[in-house]
Amino acid sequence: MLSPLDFLKDLLNPDLGFLPKALVIAVMSSIVCGVIGCYVVLRGMAFIGDAVAHAVFPGLAVAFVIQGNLVLGGAVAGVLTAILVAVFSQNRRIKEDSIIGVFFVAAFALGIVVISRAPGYAGSLQQFLFGSITGIPDEDIYTVAITGMILMLVVFLFHKEFVAVTLDRETARSTGVPVFALDLVLYVMVAVAIVISIQTIGNILVLALLITPAAAARLLTDRLGVMMLLAPVIGGSSALLGLYLSWSLDLPVGGVIVLVATAVFLIAWFFAPRHGLLMAYLRRRAVPIEGESDDERDPLTDASARDLIGTRS
Amino acid sequence: MSESSTPALTVSDLTVHLGGRRVLHDIDLSIETGEFVGLIGPNGAGKTTLLRAILGLTRLQSGRVAVDGTDASQNRSLIGYVPQRHEFAWDFPISVEDVVMTGRVRRIGWLRRPGLVDFDAVAEALERVHMDHLRTRPVGELSGGQRQRVLVARALALRPRLLLLDEPFTGLDMPTQELLIDLFRELSAEDKAVLMTTHDLVGALHECSRLCLINRAIVADGPPAALDDPAVWMRTFDVKATNPLLKTLGVVA
Repeated sequence: MLSPLDFLKDLLNPDLGFLPKALVIAVMSSIVCGVIGCYVVLRGMAFIGDAVAHAVFPGLAVAFVIQGNLVLGGAVAGVLTAILVAVFSQNRRIKEDSIIGVFFVAAFALGIVVISRAPGYAGSLQQFLFGSITGIPDEDIYTVAITGMILMLVVFLFHKEFVAVTLDRETARSTGVPVFALDLVLYVMVAVAIVISIQTIGNILVLALLITPAAAARLLTDRLGVMMLLAPVIGGSSALLGLYLSWSLDLPVGGVIVLVATAVFLIAWFFAPRHGLLMAYLRRRAVPIEGESDDERDPLTDASARDLIGTRS
Repeated sequence: MSESSTPALTVSDLTVHLGGRRVLHDIDLSIETGEFVGLIGPNGAGKTTLLRAILGLTRLQSGRVAVDGTDASQNRSLIGYVPQRHEFAWDFPISVEDVVMTGRVRRIGWLRRPGLVDFDAVAEALERVHMDHLRTRPVGELSGGQRQRVLVARALALRPRLLLLDEPFTGLDMPTQELLIDLFRELSAEDKAVLMTTHDLVGALHECSRLCLINRAIVADGPPAALDDPAVWMRTFDVKATNPLLKTLGVVA
């Protein structure tokens, strides 16, 4: 196994120029996915995230075959699928999850058919599905950096609207918040975050980058602001650690990054300060002090309850 | 409140179809500032649909909804809506005061952050519902009654003219119900009109200044004391003259 210092040397080795590029892309895309993933987790739309992740595949395939821009191709396909799902789910006879099930597999199938027309088909297919740290062109770094910054800006600008819609769709709609338009913006952001992450982690595993860090962050805090800081930190560190382990143990990079993030999630599950299993166990063992109640009641309802008993007895 | 002022809410000749069925028809309803109106009817009578129609969440087959004399679609921020508690994502990691602020998202406007006016409105709304001492608490840790009060505060943060409440007492204990009733009465006595759907007939009979009995159409409408004819209750709830409900309501001996 390579020591962290050797890893640093490899990163600076000009003969291994692909390695720092892969690291930068993996960390940047994990950060972006961590932030966007908070909305995905809080809205319970992991399945839609999965759908969009699969749906970008035909776009990537077409862009690859015609040698166009991968990010653009993937985003177009993801958005098209999102709109199709939104439109078809207006039909009440079939529920939305079935519609998603139909379209995302169809999109994936289309991607496989399209990419089979490309020369060197097997290799490129594997690269798309499972990610790779080699063969990343220089301009991709700029594409990922700029798109990532645009996404963060959109999050910053529309955050309060996204929160209002997530909390209570109907009430937000009744005060005039354009719920449908904001849904589309969110789908597009998910699609773009996925596309810029596919390079290193691959299409199959990319959902984990979106969901796992945000879910782990949710376990650690009850404050949305903290959660949206923690998630990208968890995602970014998982990418860094994952790439190091993958490089030094010669394991597939996408798989290792996802496993590291999953380990963080499990640690959070067991050891979270307020809601973790360990704390729940310790609290159960603690003997309550006599005459003292654990649940802090609201003094007002308490008082009115006492009044009520007082007047009625 | 003078009788000559513009009604807070005017619904005229309203008909709503849902999935091809006529759910509400020929609804005419006018509510003045200062009134606390209970909207009463059996399940499926169209109570929630009427609230949704007023809010512009349901397409109208015909008819018009005006708030403060102007078409409701132009005047949406004058309506405060308190949905049933299960409509809200209580597992969201957010504090009480931040939830109340989301009521003002449209008022604050695109690309803007809340200003002094907004913070004042939120603080005032939290005081009204006696939740200011819990302003920083995550909403997931609140009791049912506290949650209901947060939803009321969110509606009040808009400083609305009309307050719409959908089954505000469901699943709450008696002291909390009394606290909310007092609050709603106070609010209507000040500068608002309050329209509330409820299943608690006895409570509504005692607390509301006016009741509107509805079953697809308005069956009866007036102050509780005027609704002493058992026939209108039998028609609204589709029950026989021997039903113990009528005795409970005190409309038959």
